[in-house]
Amino acid sequence: MSAEPPILVVGAGPAGMAAAATLAEAGLRPMVLDKAPSPGGQGWRAPNPAASAPLASFDSDGAEPARERFLELARRGRIDWYPGTTVIDVTRDRLWALGPSGEVDSTTWSRLVLCPGAIERILPLPGWTPPGVYTLGGAQTALKAQACAVGRRVAFVGTGPLLWLAAAQHVACGVEVAVVADTARLGDGLAAAPALLADRDRLRLGLRCTRILRRAGVPVLRGVRAAAIVGEQRVEAVRIATNRSERTFACDAVATSFGLVPQLQLLDLLDVPIRFEPEGGSWFAETDPDGRTPVRGVHLAGDAARVRGAAAAALAGELTALALLEDLGRPVDTARLARLRRERHRHARFARALARAFPFPAALEDAIADDTIVCRCEGITARVLREAVRAFEVGEVNRAKALTRCGMGRCQGRFCGPTMARLVARARGVDLDAVGRLRSQPPVEPLPARARLAEAEPVA
Amino acid sequence: MSARLETEVLVVGGGLVGCATALALARRRTPCILVERDRCGAHASGVNYGGVRRQGRALAELPLANRARRLWGRLERLVGHDSEFRATGHLRLARDAAELAELERWAREARRFDVRCELLGPAELAARWPWLGPGFAGGSFCPDDGQANPRLTTPLFARAAREQGARILEGRGVIAVERSSRGFRVAIEGGPEIEARVLVNGAGAWGPAVAALSGEAFPAEVIAPNMLVSEPLPYRIVPNLGMVGSGVYLRQIPSGSVIFGGGRGVADPLTRRSRPLTITSLATLAEARRIVPDLARATILRTWSGIEGRMPDDLPVIGPSPRVPGLFHAFGFSGHGFMLAPAVGAVLAELILDGHSATSLAGLEPGRFATGALVAA
Repeated sequence: MSAEPPILVVGAGPAGMAAAATLAEAGLRPMVLDKAPSPGGQGWRAPNPAASAPLASFDSDGAEPARERFLELARRGRIDWYPGTTVIDVTRDRLWALGPSGEVDSTTWSRLVLCPGAIERILPLPGWTPPGVYTLGGAQTALKAQACAVGRRVAFVGTGPLLWLAAAQHVACGVEVAVVADTARLGDGLAAAPALLADRDRLRLGLRCTRILRRAGVPVLRGVRAAAIVGEQRVEAVRIATNRSERTFACDAVATSFGLVPQLQLLDLLDVPIRFEPEGGSWFAETDPDGRTPVRGVHLAGDAARVRGAAAAALAGELTALALLEDLGRPVDTARLARLRRERHRHARFARALARAFPFPAALEDAIADDTIVCRCEGITARVLREAVRAFEVGEVNRAKALTRCGMGRCQGRFCGPTMARLVARARGVDLDAVGRLRSQPPVEPLPARARLAEAEPVA
Repeated sequence: MSARLETEVLVVGGGLVGCATALALARRRTPCILVERDRCGAHASGVNYGGVRRQGRALAELPLANRARRLWGRLERLVGHDSEFRATGHLRLARDAAELAELERWAREARRFDVRCELLGPAELAARWPWLGPGFAGGSFCPDDGQANPRLTTPLFARAAREQGARILEGRGVIAVERSSRGFRVAIEGGPEIEARVLVNGAGAWGPAVAALSGEAFPAEVIAPNMLVSEPLPYRIVPNLGMVGSGVYLRQIPSGSVIFGGGRGVADPLTRRSRPLTITSLATLAEARRIVPDLARATILRTWSGIEGRMPDDLPVIGPSPRVPGLFHAFGFSGHGFMLAPAVGAVLAELILDGHSATSLAGLEPGRFATGALVAA
């Protein structure tokens, strides 16, 4: 190992794989840390052989070649790949990770390329806490990685292109889909349609998903105004209200998601500035267009920077790696850079159109009933939050967390944090950005108390 | 520039000490303003371990600690809400004969202050708390000690003080202090200027900086505790646990979470930021697994730190300034002020209003460090 600390890539999803491969092909030897046992991340996860045949046609053309390219470079020792390795903490000079053996090890770093991806935006629907309610990503992972479904009859409730894709994938694998209930109105989609032409392949995939669902006779509802999950001990049905009807669909599982938000914990620990963008209705890390953060040596790519999907993430990974090479004074093909930047614009246009086609249903979140649980880890209801805001004049989410325990459980506010922020803002009568966001603390992922410090010398 | 405010007492710092002082003054109908640069309880007062123990304290702190313990017992009535104080007892463990001798010495001396503890041998420890790990030479159990929720306690004192008539200005730091005919004229961020007869320095880690505004120097350093919390486990560890000497301390709350402390994180008083260190957290876990082996099954969800002031003798600075009339200090609690703070507020109010207190502060006076004044700028 050379004396120079390594270039670290965190995450081996589409962005991380592309960044690492680009760096390796330029003659560097990046170290890649990824939680999963195999590369691909969430978007480009390698399917379980038992499910690969029915799911193959949904896979982006880029997924398999990207995995192969990454694995080949890792086999040849040009990428130092650490699968099953979860990053738990990072400082300006050292990164800490929990390895597959249960030991915590650390390494210094010279450059960091962070590709931690996005996490689902969850909305606490009435009755969402009994067993049988899954995030959409969880349901999709079960199908792709374990070749099993979260239920015999699954309802898909939420909004976003992934809702439709996951429902169609379930149909293709022979799982009964009870209903697809999307809060976006048909009009939202039609208004965005011309701009969606920016990515004909993905538009075509979306249309194909709706066709698969129609052929399978799946009830499809748009413009959903209220949704509730029925069942005390476990999920029995979903009740869906639109302007025209209120209907109940029997099911034994619900997959739900209202979009994706960037995972910012590692950026937060490094003090990368994080800003609220009213247009996205969420918080984003500050970067230049090529993924450089204001913190020296820290680069960002993929859905953690901007949620644009797997293909855009792969492109961002490559672009970020090229920018890093430029910073190191390495020669970079300017034509390649120019092409990537043009492509990036196209992806950005498409992502903006998708955001218009599937807007976040803020009205549903504002209508959360007092007795609905917001933080399921700690069992904190909307009433507790609203009362704390009144009793202690709380105007900030970390304060609300300290007083109520909302966001103190296993998810550390990753799921309930955005909802808590909106409830506090509304109860206080201020804008979302005024109440801030939850501060990140290590460990970024839960750390088993049995974890030991690795005996051996640190890697670098 | 906004208008000038006049008050009897200006309290600088909205930690538990400042808020308790404001409450004690307000209860005696004394006009009082508290200024806090961030939010009340934002720093050490809100993020500390939550220990409420007398066991193991320096004897100089015991009169104050005894008074504090009485206040903790009726805190809910005092502030109008449960601070989650529970007298769970505090168990202090000795690893060897020397540490055991220290437990015995402390128990003997503390008896003079009416603090009772039970000394237990290894067999008694194992019988009473079967989840304890092996290898302890003995322990001392103080049944009246306990624990409370620090995240709630300071906001509760602040709210109670406000309800009793104290004025609390958050988000306002002190910029300058000058003497005036009435006492002090204090400039704060965003105005107004405040004129007060008495000034209380309850600024915690920033206590020396506030003292410096009046020309006094104190030899304090800044420390950052390193805290961890686990996912809930079945509730078994009822007493608050600590070791002789420094080391790991831990407690479990009835909802199941285990809170661990030990070692140090890093803090920067200028940016007011602190951070736990993973290397410290791992060392804490290794030690905690020796104390309660079952904790190996726990999952750590979060670590955190805070900023505290520490004096060279590990004792707080409490009482009137030896040089500046009308100035009272209460800072430098050196990592164990949470338990004392309610009594500190009560005693300061007595010193300010009556000129004396029945509770002894011997050994804690600011004068012990008054070696030299700063040269006025």
